[in-house]
Formats: sequence, structure tokens, C-alpha cells
Amino acid sequence: MTAPVPCDICIINSILLLQVTVRDALNQAMDEELERDERVFLLGEEVAQYDGAYKVSRGLWKKYGDKRIIDTPITEMGFAGIAVGAAMAGLRPICEFMTFNFSMQAIDQVINSAAKTYYMSAGLQSVPIVFRGPNGASAGVAAQHSQCFAAWYGHCPGLKVVSPWSAEDARGLLKSAIRDDNPVVFLENELMYGVPFEMSEEVQSKDFLIPIGKAKIERQGTHITLVSHSRMVSLCLDAAAVLAKEGIECEVINMRTIRPLDAEAIETSIMKTNHLVTVEGGWPQFGIGAEILARIMEGPAFNYLDSPAVRVTGVDIPMPYAKILEDNSVPQIKDIIFSIKKTLNV
Amino acid sequence: MRKMLTIISNVLRGSASRNSSTLRAVLQLLAVQSEYANLTAPHDHDPDPLSRLKDAQPHSPLASPPLTQIPPAEYKDLGHTNSGQALGHLGPHNRPLTDVVSSEAIAQKESYVEPLMTSGSSISEEINVVPPLTERVSEKEKPIFEKIISPVIDVSPSPVLITVKLPNPAASPAQLSPAVANSSSSVTSTDPHCPPPAESLLGLDNSFPEITHSLAGETPFPEPQLAGARVVVSARTYADFTPQASFDIKKCDVHKLEEGPPLQAVLTREEGLQYYRTMQTIRRMELKADQLYKQKIIRGFCHLYDGQEACAVGIEAGINLSDHLITAYRAHGYTLTRGGTVREIMAELTGRRGGIAKGKGGSMHMYTKHFYGGNGIVGAQVPLGAGVALACKYLGKNELCVCLYGDGAANQGQIFETYNMASLWKLPCIFICENNKYGMGTSVERAAASTDYYKRGDFIPGLRVDGMDVLCVREATKLAAEHCRSGKGPILMELQTYRYHGHSMSDPGISYRTRDEIQEVRSKSDPISMLKDRMLSNNMASVEELKEIDVEVRKEIEDAAQFATTDPEPPLDDLCNHIFYNDPPMEVRGTNPWTKLKSIS
Repeated sequence: MTAPVPCDICIINSILLLQVTVRDALNQAMDEELERDERVFLLGEEVAQYDGAYKVSRGLWKKYGDKRIIDTPITEMGFAGIAVGAAMAGLRPICEFMTFNFSMQAIDQVINSAAKTYYMSAGLQSVPIVFRGPNGASAGVAAQHSQCFAAWYGHCPGLKVVSPWSAEDARGLLKSAIRDDNPVVFLENELMYGVPFEMSEEVQSKDFLIPIGKAKIERQGTHITLVSHSRMVSLCLDAAAVLAKEGIECEVINMRTIRPLDAEAIETSIMKTNHLVTVEGGWPQFGIGAEILARIMEGPAFNYLDSPAVRVTGVDIPMPYAKILEDNSVPQIKDIIFSIKKTLNV
Repeated sequence: MRKMLTIISNVLRGSASRNSSTLRAVLQLLAVQSEYANLTAPHDHDPDPLSRLKDAQPHSPLASPPLTQIPPAEYKDLGHTNSGQALGHLGPHNRPLTDVVSSEAIAQKESYVEPLMTSGSSISEEINVVPPLTERVSEKEKPIFEKIISPVIDVSPSPVLITVKLPNPAASPAQLSPAVANSSSSVTSTDPHCPPPAESLLGLDNSFPEITHSLAGETPFPEPQLAGARVVVSARTYADFTPQASFDIKKCDVHKLEEGPPLQAVLTREEGLQYYRTMQTIRRMELKADQLYKQKIIRGFCHLYDGQEACAVGIEAGINLSDHLITAYRAHGYTLTRGGTVREIMAELTGRRGGIAKGKGGSMHMYTKHFYGGNGIVGAQVPLGAGVALACKYLGKNELCVCLYGDGAANQGQIFETYNMASLWKLPCIFICENNKYGMGTSVERAAASTDYYKRGDFIPGLRVDGMDVLCVREATKLAAEHCRSGKGPILMELQTYRYHGHSMSDPGISYRTRDEIQEVRSKSDPISMLKDRMLSNNMASVEELKEIDVEVRKEIEDAAQFATTDPEPPLDDLCNHIFYNDPPMEVRGTNPWTKLKSIS
């Protein structure tokens, strides 16, 4: 086993564990999939010679060349359309948006040309494509560069929408997304790129896949269920650690996939804990939390709720620039803790 | 030819009871007739049509992969000629080919008859003299005639021949009818249908007492039936049609190109008939769709293509079925030329389960192999087409993609983004702007600062082509295809064409243009009339023949419309299917939380 990028090696209990950042996990996943299937290729702005705007595709152009790692001009609608057309004709493109804010320019191609085509053609024309890139708030990039698109893409049938949190998530889900024969929107997070996670040997294997549509329970708990995705999972775990000292055991669910939503995992957890708080970075109205709550209401788990389920979300405003304002525009650990205590009535 | 032989055999049948020798003649003629049918039916490039039927698989909605997943080896290029015409096609879902090889395709094969004998062609002044016909007569043509007639003459137990065979000094070969004397000895009885030569039979047995009896005093003339048959045969040959002719076509304006396509196009009779039939099929299909829409049997969008037929047919004639094509919403014509059948297209328009997209797509979302629709968002198909071209280049199969859009879409930004990338990466993409002078209700002058659409590619070479002339479109497409295949990158073509209908069925099409204008185009530039006039005035087809094609086309459309109106709508079970490909079955929420619907791939 050779890792293409340097990382720290910790040997614990004779199991070889690697500390791998999310960025490196994505890089390795793409590298392995490019190697495995000749039809896979990557296109986007600065993905080739610049090594990726966020260095996610570092080293790939050098290894695979111009044919498979393609730098595009700054024309999202055009190159997203080209990627979709290539997928229709038998290739398996990975289309990178420098951030998902720019995907709005190309959203017609993602929805009308990619997502709906298999249905409109009654199964004649499939579109095996992955759209990936950083999504949601970053640091100090202000309003036009900080929107979360999970709810927008999660709304549309024909798409699979995935939102990894850890390095293991990133690796397994990206591999699954590339191998999936359908359009997958892969929402990364810029602030998570540099965060290292431990990766077991099993996860390091070339065929390690995480099934799309299955959530993971990151922390077992008994008093309340926290459901979250992407970077907010870190905050939930931190909040849970703080509350554990006070005797409140939170069960933290990492959604991993936005669409199709793993409602069953959430329901099973609620039947155990009887309380629910969802945490997301995006805006509240018509968002991820709104969908989860509606589903729980409509489903069997409603009768197990001891108090109304609530959502912790980003503030309903365009993202400001100044640090103090920005910090107060997204959920913080204290906001999560506050909501949990309110829900538990403690 | 078939009709003729039927007539002959009917005549002979009628008189067969009187004379067993005539009965024999009848049997042999019938045998030869079926043999002849086998000679004419298979197309040049399809030596064994029956093999396709053998390989056909039953329709299975779950098992069939999407078109891109069908490995190239399975895809059979049926009946495809060098000039790029398709006569049949492996349809979607691996349906049995008996469904997919449309009556149109079969009809095309039947209508084509190789000239049995050649004679001088009538050449009009305006066209160039073609090489002498004798030089162009293929090997196949000469022997057929003799093959058919000779066995009948040779082995028929007519008194004349029997006279020949007997060592009877009374009748020598020289006294025999010209038919017999001229009969070729090249035909041997290797053919199972032909009995062995009369001499061996008659030398050995005496089973035809009446014939022996009639030998005496028989004049050396052919039997009345045979003579009649021969006369009928020679009157009905297609001997006097010109097999091919050369036509002047309009010069194309060029942009950043050294030269345009040639100023002359050669059209063979076979091609002409095929183009005529296809254009007529498109025309009648669109008019039928108009009718059905007004009867409210078709609903929603219906963008009709009549008037623009030369574009679809000409383009297809310039490329191969293995190339790719994508267009916008005015797509019925292309769905047909790319291998769809009229039945499937009409059933899709009426939203029935027999539709090409099982009723789930509708007018604007029809797909076949290497045809990516049918796209509803104006201009979005252009980057898609360049993406297909990227895949062609990537996979190295020497294929190209024809990417169509209209004069209205030509102003879309994503098209210019596409020009840029296609040119940068030298994608094998032919961009074609079908300029029908109006983007919905807005004329080109009111929408575009520059109406020279063929120049709008700027750094991409362009041509402006007469889109009402199928030969002009074909020659331009050939040039463009050559350009792409040689690795020079994309090229742009503007086809100047016209649509007779409004933008869609909800647009009467006369508020922004005059009826006179429409009438003028119809009378002066109709693509079908143009081709018809060319063929008739150069004796490449007869009026009756073309009328016959019209009748067949009308029938095909009627049958298709009948199917489209009577086929049932898709089952409700199909509602949630085809969301994802190659996925396990999943649940889809219905209109309320208690309704859980099933979705399979």
C-alpha cells in the first residue's frame, strides 16, 4: 500500500492507522478511480496545471495528462453541459465547480440535462456524472460565495446528493459517486479540507465504498438525536462532548447522503431517544432540517417524540463579511447546546 | 416487378388446367418468381437480412440497458450505404427487429428495383453527360433478366423446345423463335427450382404423350402464354430510368474556409427515391401530428418540422448512423432519420406506452441510439453536443457529433462558451444553425445584431447553405464531416430554411409573417417539390412511381396514427420508474405520506 501524498502514520494496537486529511482522501479516491476506469476524467477550472483551486486534484494532471484532467475556461454553463454530454455518450466525467455558488450558472445543465434525462427517455439515456466542489460557508468570503446548495439540489428527483463529513466519508462516498451510473452532486466543504481523520486499513482499500443513501451514527446516545451533515457534524460531536459532562448523552447521526434521505436511521434513533434536533449550515426556510422534520412528523417516529423537533440553522440572511458578523451567521456549539437543552427542557 | 410476375402467374394459372405442359410452365415461373424476389429484396450491403431476425431479443423493460451501455459490437449498422443512408436500425430496448425495421425501411427495399436492361438514358441539357450506361451497368443487372426468362424458356415443356431437344430433323435450332435461340446457355440447372434440361427428361421417359403427339406440324413459335409473358416483361422493365444524374447546386458562402462544397452533386436514382420517401414521410407525419393536435389527441408542446425536411434528410445523408446528433425541440424529423419509426414517434406524441420514450417524454424528449434528443431548454443542447464530440475524440472511434440549434438559440451565451471550448480542444463537432428566419415570433432582424449566423463562430470556419435543397445540405455536411474527421476541429453551418407551421401548435404563424410569404416559399422552394422536379425532369423516376411512394407513405402514417390513437396509455405502475439507472428498487413518496410508490430502474 502506497499513499500518493505524505501523511502521519500512527501504529496503534498493530492496526495501521493513517491520519488523512479530507483533501487527501478526495485526492486518493479520484486517483484510484481514474486508474480503475479509463472512461473517468476530471474537468473544471484550475484542476490540471494549478493542481486544483484547493489542491484537491494535486498531482493528477502530472500522472494522467491532458486527456483525462482538463482545465476549462471560466464558463460553467458551457463546461457543465459538455460534461453532461460526454456522460451521455459513454464517458464518466467528474465535473468540478470551484464552489457550488458557481454551479448556479450551470444549474440548468445539472437539473434539466442531467437529472431528468433518464426519466424523460424512459430508461434509454443514462448520465453517469459527478458534480463536485466545495459547498456552503467558508471563512470571510462573504455573501456570493457562501451559500449552501444542499436543499436546492436535494429537492430534485433524478439526482443523488451526497455531503461527506470525514476523510472516510469523502473517500468512500466519492468512490461510490464515481461508480454510480447516475448524476451525483457531491457537496464538499472548504473548511474541512485540511482536517485530518484516522483512517483504518479497511477504509484504505481500493474498493472501499460507502453506500449512497445510508447515514452513520457517529456517536451513540440515549437522550436526544442530533442529525447533521458535513462540517456541522464536527460541531455536534463537540456539543455532545460538552453535554456528556453534564450527563446528557447525545446520539449524533452523520447523514452522509442528503438525497435519498435515510429517514429510517433517524426514525430508529428517535424511537430510542424521543427527541430530535437537526443542525445545518444553510438557511432555514425550505431547508434540510425542514425536510427531516416534515418526514418525521409524517412517519411512525412522531409518536415517539416527547417534544417538538427543532432545527438549528444558519441565520436567514446573506452572509456578511466582518468576522464577528460572520461568526454569528452560522450555528455555533453554544447554539446547539442551547437548542438541545431547550428541547430536553433542562 | 412483383406485380408483373403476379399477373403472369395468374394468367398461367388460369390456363393451367387445360394443359399439363402449361402447368409445368406455371410452376416453374412461380418458382422463378420467388427466386427473383430473393434477388431483388436484399440490399447491397445487407447480404443476409434474416440473420437480424434470428438475433432479435424479446422486449424486456427491466433488462434492457440504456443506449450508451449497448456495446458497439452489438449494434448493427443495417442496410447502410456509403452515402450514409439508413434503411433499418436496432431500436431502443433491443426490441425484436420486426418491430423496428419499419414498414418504411422495408418499403424502401421493395420499391427499389435494379434496372434489368439498360438502354440509352434521356439526358437533359442542363446536366452533365454521365458516363455511358454500358459502363455503369453492374454485373448483377445483365444476368437477372436472362436468369428469369431463360429457365422458363429452356426447360418449359413447350412443343417448341421439345422439338429442339429431339433429334428430329424437322425442327432445327435455327427455325426456332428468337426467344429460344437467344436463350443463354449460361444458365445451368444448378438452381433447385429449375428442373433438369428437357433433353434428359424426354430422352428417358415418355411421360408426355400429348406433347409428343403435338410435335407434328407445330409451328416454331412460342406458346401464346410464353409470348404474352415475354411481352409483358419487356414492357414493364425500368429500363428507361436514368440511374444517376448530376445537378447544379447553389454556391455556399464561406467564412474562414478556403473553399465550400462542390457546385454539383450527383444523385443516384436510389438515393433520390430514398430522400423523397423520407422527406415525404416527415412531411406527412408532421401534418398528421397537426391534425391530431387539433383533435386534442396530442397535447402540450408540438413543434412541427414541415418545410425543413431537406435539412434532416440532407444531414443524415452526409454522415453515418454511427455518428451522433443532437438537436432542440423541433425534433420529430431527426428522430425519424436517426432510426426511430413513425409508429413510435406518433405514439410518443399521443403519450402511449408504445411511444419511443414509453410516453414519458413527449414531443421534445425522443431518443434513439446516438441521438440525444429532443431538448427543451433553448441552447442547452449545444454544450451537450460538444460533450458528445469530446467523448468521440476521447474514445477515438472517428465519430463526430452534429449539434443543431435555431436562429433564436444562436444568441445564447452558452453557445459561445461552447464554440470556445470546442475550438480550443479541437472537438469533432459540426455546429448547425437551422435558420428558419423566426425565433418563435421574433424575426431574425429583431433578435440578432448580426444575422450572418455562419460567421458567428468567429474563429470557427463556417458555411451558409441553402437548406431547402437536400443535395446542397448533403454536400455541405459531407464537407463539414470531412473537416471534423481530419482533426481540424469544429465547423459551423448555417442552413437557410423555412418552417410552414408556426413556432408550435399554439402559434398560428401568421401574426409575424404574411401568408403570402409562406405561400411563396411553398411554391418556389419546397424541398420535396424540388427533388421531385429534378427526378422527373431527368427521367430518374416516373410520376406513377412517386405517386406510389406517396400512397405507401400515407398508408404508413395512417397505420401509425391508428396505432398512436389506439395504443393504451402507460400503466400507472410505470409512474415512478426510470429515476435511476442500475439501482435497486426504491420507494418514492406519493402525493400524501401514506402513498408509497415503487420505483425500479
